[in-house]
This record gives sequence, C-alpha cells and structure tokens, in this order.
Amino acid sequence: MNSMNARAKELLENKTVNIIIGYEEGPTGIARPAFITDPATTDNLIYDDRCVQNLAVYLTKQEVKSFGKMAIVAALPVMRSIMMLISEKQVVPENIIVLGISTDGKYLDMADMSVMQGYIEKSVLTNPEKYKAALADLNRLNAEERFVYWEKELSNCIKCYACRQACPMCYCIRCSTEVNQPQWIPVQANTHGNMEWHILRAMHLAGRCISCGECGRACPLGIPCHLLTMHLTDKVYDYFKVNAGTSENMNSVLSTFEPNDKESFII
Amino acid sequence: MSDFEPKIVAFVCNWCTYAGADLTGTSRIKYSSSVKIIRFPCTGRIDFMLLLKAFANGADGIIVSGCHPNDCHYTSGNFHAKRRWIMFKELMDFMGINMRRITFSWVSAAEGAKWADVVNATSDTIRELGPYVSYRELVNRPVEEEVRNE
Amino acid sequence: METTGKLIRKQSLEKLYNILATGRKIYAPVPNSDRQTEYKYNPAYSEISYEHIRSTLSVKNVVFPKVENLLFFSNSKTETIITDIDLHRIPEVVLWGTHPCDNAAVDVLRSIFCWDIKDEFFSARLEKLTVIGLSCHLSDEFCFCTSVGLKPDSTKGSDILLSRLENGDYRADILTPKGEEIVSLSPELFESLSGGKVLITEVKQKFSHQQVTANLAGAFEHPFWIENSLRCIGCGACAYLCPTCACFDIQDETKGKNGRRYRSWDSCGFGLFTLHTSGHNPRSVQSQRWRQRIMHKFSYMPERNESLGCVGCGRCSSGCPVDMNIAEQLQELQSI
Repeated sequence: MNSMNARAKELLENKTVNIIIGYEEGPTGIARPAFITDPATTDNLIYDDRCVQNLAVYLTKQEVKSFGKMAIVAALPVMRSIMMLISEKQVVPENIIVLGISTDGKYLDMADMSVMQGYIEKSVLTNPEKYKAALADLNRLNAEERFVYWEKELSNCIKCYACRQACPMCYCIRCSTEVNQPQWIPVQANTHGNMEWHILRAMHLAGRCISCGECGRACPLGIPCHLLTMHLTDKVYDYFKVNAGTSENMNSVLSTFEPNDKESFII
Repeated sequence: MSDFEPKIVAFVCNWCTYAGADLTGTSRIKYSSSVKIIRFPCTGRIDFMLLLKAFANGADGIIVSGCHPNDCHYTSGNFHAKRRWIMFKELMDFMGINMRRITFSWVSAAEGAKWADVVNATSDTIRELGPYVSYRELVNRPVEEEVRNE
Repeated sequence: METTGKLIRKQSLEKLYNILATGRKIYAPVPNSDRQTEYKYNPAYSEISYEHIRSTLSVKNVVFPKVENLLFFSNSKTETIITDIDLHRIPEVVLWGTHPCDNAAVDVLRSIFCWDIKDEFFSARLEKLTVIGLSCHLSDEFCFCTSVGLKPDSTKGSDILLSRLENGDYRADILTPKGEEIVSLSPELFESLSGGKVLITEVKQKFSHQQVTANLAGAFEHPFWIENSLRCIGCGACAYLCPTCACFDIQDETKGKNGRRYRSWDSCGFGLFTLHTSGHNPRSVQSQRWRQRIMHKFSYMPERNESLGCVGCGRCSSGCPVDMNIAEQLQELQSI
C-alpha cells in the first residue's frame, strides 16, 4: 500500500488535510480505524481483507469534524456511504479527500467527488455475494419459519446499539429510540422490544443502506441484523430501481415518490 | 371460533376514507362492528410504528386506508404513504409477521359501499385467522430472570 | 492453595449436574451455533462446553438481570396502589463451570450494589446463588486476569472450584458452607484426592494495576484520552458484556391504569448517558466518556470502594467492533 501511504504523508506534510482516517493493525492482529495527524506515522496505515469497519461513520462525529479538512481511506462501501452523507447534507465535500481502494485492493487516486462518483457508477452495486446466500436461505423458508428464526435471534439482543453506532447513516443526534414522547421503543431488551427496534432501524435505513454489513459484524452477539437492512436494499432496487450512495444529489427514497410506483396489495 | 369477535383497528385519512365511512353509515349499509376507527389528517401521517403498537395493544387486525392516488387532500401524502407501505410490507413479510392481518386500501369519500366491503372482508379474514395471540404473548413475555408477582 | 481438595471423576461430575438440575435452575455454558458460547438454563449435560475461553455475555444477569422489575403500580381516581416485588419468588440458581474472573466479578458487583445502601434485589439474588466455578486451562490474548490481582485458578467468589486434572477428572475445592451443602447432596461423588497435576493455563501479566491507579490520579487532563478514543463509536457493547459494569436506567411502563417500574442495563459510553434535563451534557464528547470508563474502573473504584472495577475477562476487547483493546490502553497508561 505504498502509494496510499505516500499520498497520505504528502497530504499531511503539505497541510492539505489535518488528519487521515484509515486503518492500522492493533496488537492482536485485528485491523482497526486509525487517526493519523503526524506525517511520520503514516507508515502505520494498512489496507487488506481485515479492514472492514465503515470509516464514514466518523465523518459525522464532532470530535473528528473539529480537525477540519480530512482524508479518508475508502473502499467501495465507504465511498458509497460518503456519497449518501453528502446527498443528505451531512458532510461538506470540499472538506474531504478520498484515498480510494479498488475491489482488488489497489490504491485509487481521486481528485474530487465526481471521480469517486464515476468509480461507483462503474461498480457492482448489489448486495455482496456472501450476504446474498444468507438472504436466499431465509427467503426459502415460509413466513412462520422466518418468524421463529427472527424471534430466536432477536431474543439475544441486548440493545447495546453497536449496530446503530457502527452505521454511518445512523447519525441522528437523538435517535427515535431515545425519544420518550412517545416511547416508540421500550427501553428494556425483551424480545418484542428488540424486534420493534430492528424494524424501526431497517425502515429508517430503507433506500439509504449501502450494504457494508457492519451492523451485523459489530453485533457482539452475532445477530445478523444486516440481513434486514440488506433485504430492504434489494426491495428498494426491485421496486424503485434505485441504488443508494451513487450520486451527490440522490432523492431520498422514502421522502420522494413517483406517481406510478407499482404495488399489488392495495385494494 | 364463532364467538370470537375480532378487534380491528383502522387507520384512516380524514378527507376520503373517514368521510366514506360516514357515507356508509348514512346509506344504512350494515357492516361488521369489529372496527375501531382512528382518524388521521392524511395517510402520509401514519407512522409504521403505530401499526406495531396497535398489535401490541390487542389488535387482531389492521386496516390502513386513504385517498386514491392523485386525490390526496394534501396533494402527495398518499404517494409517500404508498412507498412506506411497500417497504413496510416487505420487511414484515421478511420477518415472518403475518401480513394477511393488515389490509391496505384506497377508499374515497364517495365509496361508502366499498368501505363496508373492506371492513367485512377484513373481519372475515381475521375471524378465520383467529386472535393474534402469538404477538401478544411475545409482548408480554418476560425476560428470563424477571420476577412478576402473578 | 491447600483447602479441602476432593476428586470428582468425569462421570461423577455429570451425575452431580443432573442431581442439581432437577428442581433447581442451573446456568451452564453451551455452544451457540458455530459462533460463540452462551449460558443457558438447564441444558442437557451433553451440550455443555468446557473448552471455551469466554462466553460472549457474562453471567452477571443472574444477580443483575438485563431487566429487573422494581415495583408494580395501579392508578385510580383517588389513589395509586404500589405493589412490591415478592423477592421470595427469586429462584435458586447454580452457576456451572463459570471461570474465576466471572466469579470474582460477582463480588465486585456486590461491593457496588451493597456499598452504602444494601440493594435488596441484588442481595436476594446473591443469597440464592451457588457458584460451581471451573479454573481455566485455556486462555487467549484478550485475557488479563493476572494484571488485576486475579489468577486463572482464583477461588474468589466460588463455592466450589473445579480444576481439570491431566486424566480428565477434576479436583474440587470446597470453599464455603454453600459448597458443603452441594457436597452433602451426594457425598459419594466426592472422593479423596491423592495428588495429580491440575491443568491451569498461564496468563502473562501485562501491566501493574497499582501503577495504573497511581498514574490515573493525575491524568484527568492528559491528551491520552483524546488520542486513544477517536475510534470509539459510542455503543454499549463493552459495558453490557462486562461482568462488573453495573449502571442502569429506571423506566416506568404503563398500559392504561396499570404499570411497572423496572431497571435495565445502561452504558456510560452512550452519548446521552449524562444528558441533563437542562440540555447540558458534561460528557458530550467520546473522549470524556472513554476517560470515565477507565477512570471509574481503575481509579475511582479502588480509591473509594474496595476493589478494582475489572476482572480481566477480556470480553470488552474481544467484543468491541473497533478494537478498543483495554489491556493495550492500560499498558500505555502504566507509563504515561
């Protein structure tokens, strides 16, 4: 990853950016997000299969925004998250330089957001293969079997909100679940409350999820909540032919409409 | 099951379906009395979480109804609602919640007869499906270590 | 340590389990699909795992459940009737095969819940709890019990501590009257022990907690907190998995005229944890919250309470989505 490290060093030395958000290797061999402000330590930046966290989640954090201009290492899911955040006006494109990573792990120089958009448009945007199989398995079951499956999985949920916190699109300062007028979601982590929470989250992400899978990976109990959001990503494409995170000016799927949106169940 | 009277909650818009339901009454059309109507200004106002709250509070079935597309009193509220319902239905189905318990319809202020049909058909379906015991049991299910006095 | 060490053969252990499992709730570790190990109530003996390093969730929910009812209430026009929880309904629970870190953690929780006022819910559950612990013959890079004053075969918190012998049988150390009561259920299962090597894993000490506590006393404004907390995403995974974290939220839930008040787990890592009604939030930034977590466990608690707020189980680090490895951070704190 020499060209990525070299570019990062150059950006810091020239003070083009004040911080690089990338990945480093921790002492146990796990790859984790890294925040580099010193050009000398840009050598710590890595990129390989272990680098899975969606770094775009940091772009809306006050502590990170306060650094000013930043560069961020971004493979396709992170690129799409950045696009979504720009189209939802959460991120100022001029403040970010993207250090792109191609699907085969090579560094991509990206002069500006239109270059990134071009790259995204040429990429495969459906749910990644490994998740497709899990989704297909669930869709093969009948409704009762699926209910039993989700009831069992969600009974384990402890409402730690790692799924929400790991998701770049969950940036609401006060999430619906923290509202108590009315209390949409019970505070306690019983199965019913957990189901309501995951339903709410999946619905609020409909048309915004870019299928990075971080929500499910972040879950300490291994609950596959990413399958809920990815299922809706499939459906958004089936019905409305929209892929999230593909341009700086996307129409939000659930707050816009086409007069001829098709459905077959309204009598 | 013949003595099971289903509890159905209807989320309806004020300008079309609610007026339509009034027309059903003034036309003296008899229809099932299992329905409790909740009036909204527009279907666009109906949060999907409200439907879940209805089930949690004892509803066996739900009707969601509003103005036909292009007839919304607020121009486009029902178009937003339609998109929301499409996604919600897909998610519910994926989670295995029985979508036969929810009926979505467009009923205009002139369609008194249609409202009666929608309610009667829904009541019949819910009567056949029975009370939504499994959902209520889930709502009331305590966490393993929880102590309840009863 | 030379206590009343007995021999309990592998087959006898199974017999003991089955005796205990009839008529009692017994919480034992079971593999959960192919991913993890979780504790379940009364699994079949053949399902029990002895080869895991840690379960994902700790066992603190037997004394501090994720949801605990505090009272029920009923409103009428003229009065509110409050009904207390009948604590006698709390069942006897036996912990089976819990590791020394988890067992010691129950005592840390006791030092919090029974600090100045005795928490009656916690105390009732603790009274009904019997712990049959199991020393660790396996460990990994996340374990650090030896850095916080414990060992893979610590007896703290156990009523009986089992340790595996080379031949697959177990040494049983009977440590408390509750432990003796268990033995008395079937004394023939506990034979006399004539030597034999116990298999205890080695956990290298990573840092000195005394040094860390001493350094933390003057470290409130240190830039360490900002530098090392930027990647924290502010979820509650570490606090909920932690066997010694005890923060809770209290909520009322009503339906019509009736309701209940319950407490449920909360985490100081959440952004809104310290949000005041006025709108002021003294810990509005993650670095302040991360500092709070470490200081609470390694500075405030040992200074004001009897014990550290950590048993070195490593769950926080192995469960963290962004590798906020607490042992690594404490090693750095040892030398700031």
